Amino acid sequence: MEYNGAAIIAMTGKNCVAIAADRRYGVQAQTVATDFQKIFEMGPRLFVGLPGLATDVQTVSQRLKFRLNLYELRENRRIKPKTFMSMVSNLLYERRFGPYFVEPVIAGIDPKTSQPYIASMDLIGCPMVTEDFVVSGTCSEQMYGMCESLWEPDLEPDDLFETISQALMNAVDRDAVSGWGGIVYVIEKDKVTIRELKARMD
Amino acid sequence: MFIFRTVLAIAGEDFSVIASDTRLSQGFSIHSRDMPKTYKLTGSTVLGACGFHGDVLTLTKVLQARLKIYEHDHNEKMSTPAIAAMLSTMLYYRRFFPYYVYNIVAGIDDQGKGCVFSFDPVGSYERESYRAGGSASAMLQPLLDNQIGFKNQENVTKTSLSQEKAVNLVKDCVHLGSGEGHLYW
Repeated sequence: MEYNGAAIIAMTGKNCVAIAADRRYGVQAQTVATDFQKIFEMGPRLFVGLPGLATDVQTVSQRLKFRLNLYELRENRRIKPKTFMSMVSNLLYERRFGPYFVEPVIAGIDPKTSQPYIASMDLIGCPMVTEDFVVSGTCSEQMYGMCESLWEPDLEPDDLFETISQALMNAVDRDAVSGWGGIVYVIEKDKVTIRELKARMD
Repeated sequence: MFIFRTVLAIAGEDFSVIASDTRLSQGFSIHSRDMPKTYKLTGSTVLGACGFHGDVLTLTKVLQARLKIYEHDHNEKMSTPAIAAMLSTMLYYRRFFPYYVYNIVAGIDDQGKGCVFSFDPVGSYERESYRAGGSASAMLQPLLDNQIGFKNQENVTKTSLSQEKAVNLVKDCVHLGSGEGHLYW
């Protein structure tokens, strides 16, 4: 988990959710790229963030997309975030004794009920569904500290964006292996806004 | 080893605030919920010390003795920056068998300005305007960066910190850290 470094947060707001990640790809202390994708689109209003070992991040994202496609083809409907969470959990638990080194964060809005949904998971698929926020990555303590004090219930999309951005940026600035820019997805019922953060690059 | 969790301190223009949680624990078991780890050294200096409680007790005992000797020698109380410098030498004296203690010294300096000094266990120290130490420091430091250092904020007027805001923020931090707290200002 500490080999490449990452920071991902998901938060709920009023009829919206947000998911944010840093953009660093490094090998221990050495930064290699600052445009690494850690958040993956799994549906129009469904995203998964994968912090952890970079090679597993890409493998897991591809295998998830594959299983998701099979599901949606067979069922001929969009997946619910809750069902998707089970799918991720199942995929990870299949590797119970030789796990993928990723600790996923899921953020989405239910396609039918429009209910916000966030969840996180450990590397063998033990899920945690919350009402407020979830964090995952190398600076999870810092992120918990920020989220615990900045987050409040029923934030509007713009306020949610500000909250999650501040939480992410100030957390990664106290971590040596994450940061180098950030990206935020604010997911609403009928639109997704993607913003890149102008953050410290040192 | 009995471990203390958290201390934090903030310096303002003409004041400083220092606080700690009051929990004493060993692993997952709690030994006490009422043990502040802030020690009043002089009328204008308070020490916050967390880490191994046995070393904290020894260190504060030696420190108190050194301050008393200084007072008798010089007929005045030691200033906060001087206490910080002395603490640094005391810690470095034990360079190869260190006190397992993370110290933060808060007080008023010779000019009447608020000051905070933070230390590592072997005496490396620095004057700062705010600092969180101990096992909850990872949760608190980024919050202080944001709220007092105005980090990652654009177009803000960096107003000097009011005593009320400092105290409120410190209270939030201590509750964030563990739930039980103790405060000097």
